Amino acid sequence: MNGWKTSRQRDIEQRYLAMVERFTPNHAMAMNITRAFLWGGAICVLGEAVSELGKAYLGLETADASAFTAIVMVFLGAFLTGLGQYDKIGKHAGAGSIVPITGFANSIVSAAMEFRREGLVLGVGARMFIIAGPVLVYGIGSSVVVGLIAWVVGLFR
Amino acid sequence: MFVKAFLVGGVLCAIGEILILKTRLTPARILVGYVTGGVILGALGAYGPLVEWAGAGATVPLMGFGYALAKGAIDGVAEHGWLGAFMGGVTATAGGITAAVFFGYLCSVIFKPKTKT
Repeated sequence: MNGWKTSRQRDIEQRYLAMVERFTPNHAMAMNITRAFLWGGAICVLGEAVSELGKAYLGLETADASAFTAIVMVFLGAFLTGLGQYDKIGKHAGAGSIVPITGFANSIVSAAMEFRREGLVLGVGARMFIIAGPVLVYGIGSSVVVGLIAWVVGLFR
Repeated sequence: MFVKAFLVGGVLCAIGEILILKTRLTPARILVGYVTGGVILGALGAYGPLVEWAGAGATVPLMGFGYALAKGAIDGVAEHGWLGAFMGGVTATAGGITAAVFFGYLCSVIFKPKTKT
């Protein structure tokens, strides 16, 4: 064994590397998915707590409570993004920080801050909708289609 | 209710993560997909029961925003006829949309962007 590897050693080494390749991405993937699950779940629990507090202390009904929850969560997402904290959470949470409505607020503030030097109108005012804009376009657009279909269906009832 | 919110919210986010990892969809496309998916599921009547069951676990993910848009449009049509299709969605989500514009602008202007190191 004077520094040379036997064919058996090389074989084991190659099989080991193949195994590493096979398992590493899966492991990383499982970790990412778990983290997204935990963070996303935690953010929703926070939302549930905000909703319950709104019902208990502000006497809100269900519909108003969900508007209240949306407003508070959007505020938190925007505020934490401004402080630079939301992006730190995002590094761990992945989709867990993107999918909740706090992520919608984050997409607005982080885009707007990035383009602030282009001015308050075409910088902040326009760029804040780089991601939020398409969300509103497709969300509101498809809701109009749904509404019109509901109207047509209603005509034939 | 908190456990249900955790589970459903967590699963919706985990699905998003799987989509990002498996399909390399950008976060913007994920958000658009979730909202549109929420509108469609809401229109089909599939998302309402989930909201009943999981509360914020279903309404806080962006799919819940889509659901609220669809429900608003359908309720709007019941009340205002075809005009409701144009009014109901945004009326139902006015709080969230306005908060996003208002707080989004405010936070973008108040806070100084951190210089990247």
